[in-house]
Amino acid sequence: MDTQITLRVDGAAHPLTVDTRTTLLDALRERLRNTSPKKGCDHGQCGACTVLLDGRRVNSCLVLAVTVGDAEVTTSDGLAEGDRPHALHRSFVEHDAFQCGYCTPGQVCSAAGVLAEARAGWPSAVTDDLHAADAELTDEEIRERMSGNLCRCAAYANIVPAVAAVAEAEGVRR
Amino acid sequence: MTTIDRLVGAGIDRIDGPAKVRGTAPYAFEQDPGEPITHLALVQSTVNRGRISRLDPSRAEAMPGVLAVLTPANAPRLGGGLTSDLPVLQSLDVHYQGQVVAAVVAETSEIAKAAVGAVVVEYAAEPPDVALRTDRPDLYAPDKLMAGFETDSVIGDVDGALAAAAVTVDATYETPTQHNNPIEMHTSMARWEGDSLTLWDANQGPHSIVKDLVTGFGVDAGQVRVISPYVGGAFGSKAFTHPNQMLAAMAARVVGRTVVLELTRQQMFSLVGHRTPTIQRLRLGADPEGRLTAISHEVVEHTSRISEFAEQTATPTRVLYAAPHRRTTHRLARLDVPPPTIMRAPGETPGMFALESAMDELAVALGLDPVELRIRNEPDRDPERDVPWSTRHLVECLRTGAERFGWAGRDLRPGIRTDGRWLVGTGVASATYPTRRRKAQCRISVDGAGRYTVEIDGSDIGTGAWTVLSQIAADALRTDLGSVELRIGDSRLPFAGGAGGSTGLASWGTAIVFTARDLRTRLEEQYGGQVPADGVTVDGELPGESPAAKTHSMHAYGAHFVEVRVDRDTGEVRVPRATSVYDAGTIVNAKTARSQLLGGFCMGVSMALHEESVTDERYGHYVNHDLAEYHVATNADIGDIDISWLDVDDQLANPIGLKGIGEIGITGAAAAVANAYWHATGLRIRDLPITPDKYFRPR
Ligand code: FES
Ligand code: FES
Repeated sequence: MDTQITLRVDGAAHPLTVDTRTTLLDALRERLRNTSPKKGCDHGQCGACTVLLDGRRVNSCLVLAVTVGDAEVTTSDGLAEGDRPHALHRSFVEHDAFQCGYCTPGQVCSAAGVLAEARAGWPSAVTDDLHAADAELTDEEIRERMSGNLCRCAAYANIVPAVAAVAEAEGVRR
Repeated sequence: MTTIDRLVGAGIDRIDGPAKVRGTAPYAFEQDPGEPITHLALVQSTVNRGRISRLDPSRAEAMPGVLAVLTPANAPRLGGGLTSDLPVLQSLDVHYQGQVVAAVVAETSEIAKAAVGAVVVEYAAEPPDVALRTDRPDLYAPDKLMAGFETDSVIGDVDGALAAAAVTVDATYETPTQHNNPIEMHTSMARWEGDSLTLWDANQGPHSIVKDLVTGFGVDAGQVRVISPYVGGAFGSKAFTHPNQMLAAMAARVVGRTVVLELTRQQMFSLVGHRTPTIQRLRLGADPEGRLTAISHEVVEHTSRISEFAEQTATPTRVLYAAPHRRTTHRLARLDVPPPTIMRAPGETPGMFALESAMDELAVALGLDPVELRIRNEPDRDPERDVPWSTRHLVECLRTGAERFGWAGRDLRPGIRTDGRWLVGTGVASATYPTRRRKAQCRISVDGAGRYTVEIDGSDIGTGAWTVLSQIAADALRTDLGSVELRIGDSRLPFAGGAGGSTGLASWGTAIVFTARDLRTRLEEQYGGQVPADGVTVDGELPGESPAAKTHSMHAYGAHFVEVRVDRDTGEVRVPRATSVYDAGTIVNAKTARSQLLGGFCMGVSMALHEESVTDERYGHYVNHDLAEYHVATNADIGDIDISWLDVDDQLANPIGLKGIGEIGITGAAAAVANAYWHATGLRIRDLPITPDKYFRPR
């Protein structure tokens, strides 16, 4: 069954027709041809499709497009301001935090989500003090929080310092 | 260095980096074919062996939005000469589970997927034969192994030497089926214009894909163009043509529209190859000082009924250590499994797990430090070919690694170091991988403004080729990086072999160096060193293997040092830190090279601890065929990894002096982990992966 929806993606509104079975990922990649988010499994198992939905990270392959409503979808491409790359973009390039680059837009969105979660004081499975006002992004915290994003090229040891550098600049890491 | 002295060696950021982090670099699915795209979805066999007895596509055909259902009954006939699983939909016979038996083309991916469920297929099936065992009566010796290696090698009297040895090891090691699982799923998008085909495709070298399309569709090479500028990882699975390229091209021809086929993750467990499981018996004999007198490495592995892929598993044993008496053998079982293929360092990866585990067991038997044992068995020339090394710095890797890791003073006894609940141990293993190069052609043009265009059909599957080839070209042309425009990943470009066997940079880089030299000579001799206003174009070629390959043995080397922690209560295994030191010749880009070596090593840790495609011997399928169940290392699995390399080069290998770095990192890595696991626990795990349950095996 087809349905009319309007998706707000990276600052622009897109009216479009989707199948009710269409995932947010397929709506982006196949209908809008916004291919910044990648498909690595289509089953919520790899994180390559990670985007921000009203600032929170989601696996867009697990979200049905018709359920997105007015929420603002932000892809890695949308994190940039025009030609100006996001701090995470620069840090990922500088730390060579990728090889093939296919998991990377998902990693970048996930990292943006991690920074916001830490600022909001959300603990992770490795956080000792569950009631602290903010969660400091130690290497261990970054590893844990970024573990929903698989990288088969195994750039992990570069992703951690890439995220750490931005966390430091943003004051969620000392 | 003779040729290169400026950009090569520098840690330059990837030139494709800014587009990749934003997600705007177009991979195969993301290319613009210039017209609306239709979608292909696959119906796969649910049996391993037999014949389709009934196939009814009518319900699927009737679904709105379905453009065609391809079956063996109506699919276009492909040209003869296609091998393995490439003659797709050409017969009713089934040879492995997951084989494509029908394919649906539809206006959208949702419709195509739904229609797959409406295709009725029934089979006359026989029970699957998928179990690899060493007592199978049908094991056979292939004529040759992959990459042209001899099946067996025998020197001296191995059995006599083993019987006479003061100390021996006799152990059998097993590695499971593994799947490459690059994060970009194999994708092919095809568009025909008349008899000309354009395929936007995820592969490791467009030229190698063109060949099979030409055979299959009976067109000329000039009528097929394969475009692959960005590839989301491969690790071997995208080296050869698989059914996806044939199916996309076939479907596009039938419906007269652009068709994209993006395999699902689950389909990648049957349609694009895997690493064969291995059963390896290692026997070592040594004198009381630890000098090897005999090495025997006997390998049993599988291939499929429809193709022979003979992995060269024992070949590292032919070069790594000295011993007067030596034997390596390979035997295959033909099973009802999908065709196996290349997976990162085929041969060396499983083979080195066995050899380097056995060396650790020998060190234990001798009461000797395992680093020292390896040093005592350093051969001064290739022990089987009896030729000198081009360069070999394994001992220096071992010594430097030991120093960086803090190996000195290590207590040899296992199972005695604890830190709270954790048992702590350390382990070492060597690494080795052959250094080769292949034929490659290149075209370099310079325009009146002094801008260079370098064209070669190399590919960047994450290796950094976009960046490092630009560096090599800029140096060879005596210009800066900004004056060079590189073009790769398109079969219209001058011929080059694919990215594989760690030959990419050695082949493409050398072709660029040769062509740049020719261009500079031409400018010098014909134009007095000045670029004419309308520019100059030069075609160059690297004919193939280095002449020194005949007279010398050429390999990269390395040494891994690993700390392992094992939870006494749960059996959980952690690798908090590791040190690897490599002799990989010239390092062209310190930044991207470090990433590649790191990636190889981490894939070895992943192999040691996680990776196993579990075969159900009753029903013949891979039980865990997705990324939730086939575990690969994730961020929290990887600790602090110290990667470095010796400042050496190999001028006999190629004029850049490099040895190739795509595969050396994974070789030996799993053994280093297993050896450290033994040191931590006293338990020798000879069958990978080292999952927590194995800690609780009866001792
Ligand atoms: S594609 Fe969504 S998690 Fe893998
Ligand atoms: S960069 Fe290749 S999968 Fe992460």
